Amino acid sequence: MSYVPTPSQTVGPFFSIGLSALYREKIECEPGEGKCVLIRGRVFDGDGQPVPDAVLEIWQACETAGGDCDQEPARREKIPLGFGRIATNERGEFQFNTVRPAPRRDEDGLLHAPHLVVVVLMRGLLRHLLTRIYFAGETANREDAVLNLVPPERQQTLLAEPTNERASELSWDIHLQGELETVFFEA
Amino acid sequence: MAKLPVFAKVIVGTQPEYLHPDYRSSVKRAPTRPLILLPHAFSERTGPVFGRDCVSATDRDLTAQHAGAPLGERIAVSGRVLDEGSRPVRGALVEAWQANAAGRYMHKMDQHNAPLDPNFSGCGRTLTDTDGRYQFLSIKPGAYPWGNHANAWRPAHIHFSIFGDGLLSRLVTQMYFPGDPLLALDPIYNSISSEKDKQRLISSFDLGTTTPDFALGYRFDIVLRGRDATPMEK
Repeated sequence: MSYVPTPSQTVGPFFSIGLSALYREKIECEPGEGKCVLIRGRVFDGDGQPVPDAVLEIWQACETAGGDCDQEPARREKIPLGFGRIATNERGEFQFNTVRPAPRRDEDGLLHAPHLVVVVLMRGLLRHLLTRIYFAGETANREDAVLNLVPPERQQTLLAEPTNERASELSWDIHLQGELETVFFEA
Repeated sequence: MAKLPVFAKVIVGTQPEYLHPDYRSSVKRAPTRPLILLPHAFSERTGPVFGRDCVSATDRDLTAQHAGAPLGERIAVSGRVLDEGSRPVRGALVEAWQANAAGRYMHKMDQHNAPLDPNFSGCGRTLTDTDGRYQFLSIKPGAYPWGNHANAWRPAHIHFSIFGDGLLSRLVTQMYFPGDPLLALDPIYNSISSEKDKQRLISSFDLGTTTPDFALGYRFDIVLRGRDATPMEK
């Protein structure tokens, strides 16, 4: 038997009522996995105006953080590993802390450079958007199976750029439209 | 490691398009360039796993979060969360939020001139059980005006947010009520081109889950993207 997925509808302007209890600005990963980073950015609409009512969900697929569908709910972790949820403020800004992930080779042999998956929700979006954050300067980016699907001139929209010398702070903005429109994926 | 769920492509017309000009807010926020087709890799086939610690037993009763009972028509909203293979999605996190019976949200940006109810926050959260079932106890939300066009009113609705197995199962939607005359006029509801698919957002009145002398029952089943890659044994 096959069912068609339920249609999406916008998250609307008042999502904080339902979603704020699980806001997470610090993404928990397995200890000792890598370098801690702070990623900051802003969300802009088609007029270049900041979006003060967006919510981003970050997913970082640590090996241990997902896929273990057989596990009983009672044994699951309190805060899901690898998950972040951040609302933009009145200036359209967001920020979160995480651990820079390692490159990964999938079962099919494809290389994935370090990246985070981002789900973008807001009033005006009837379906959420899906994008990825990569790290500027990472050598594995050249071989990444997904980045190579993106036209070269648009790849930079997916790159978080370091804003300090140690590259512990990075900047990554979302442009919903316009010349700098962020690359969004259909999956 | 357990098998990861598999995801079919989205069938055109069963989901809203990003740009739906009748819904004014989509005009400056919908992407304008074609989306890039993404292979379903580990990152998309896995997703956050929420535990029972993320919800408490009282989170699914929106009528019992304050000193007094909220005003309004008491309702029990229940249903099943299923995958595309019609199997129950177990332990799915279901978050819900809504306006009060007067059509006002407990939110600083809601300026609608209708009374707040000090006994109603409008926030619920639960996990599905082993049959994929969830249930909320609440009050029926009111319709409310919004600025989309002249004399625009949103039909009564409850917002739902669900995490199933794998990030691609992520769904945020709205549940409506049967017989609402505002549905035909609502650009958000009508952003789905297929008549049959949009009607799936309308809950059904259910005498079976109606509690005598207490609450009206509404059923709302939800189908998430994805299919369990490890079929249950017969």
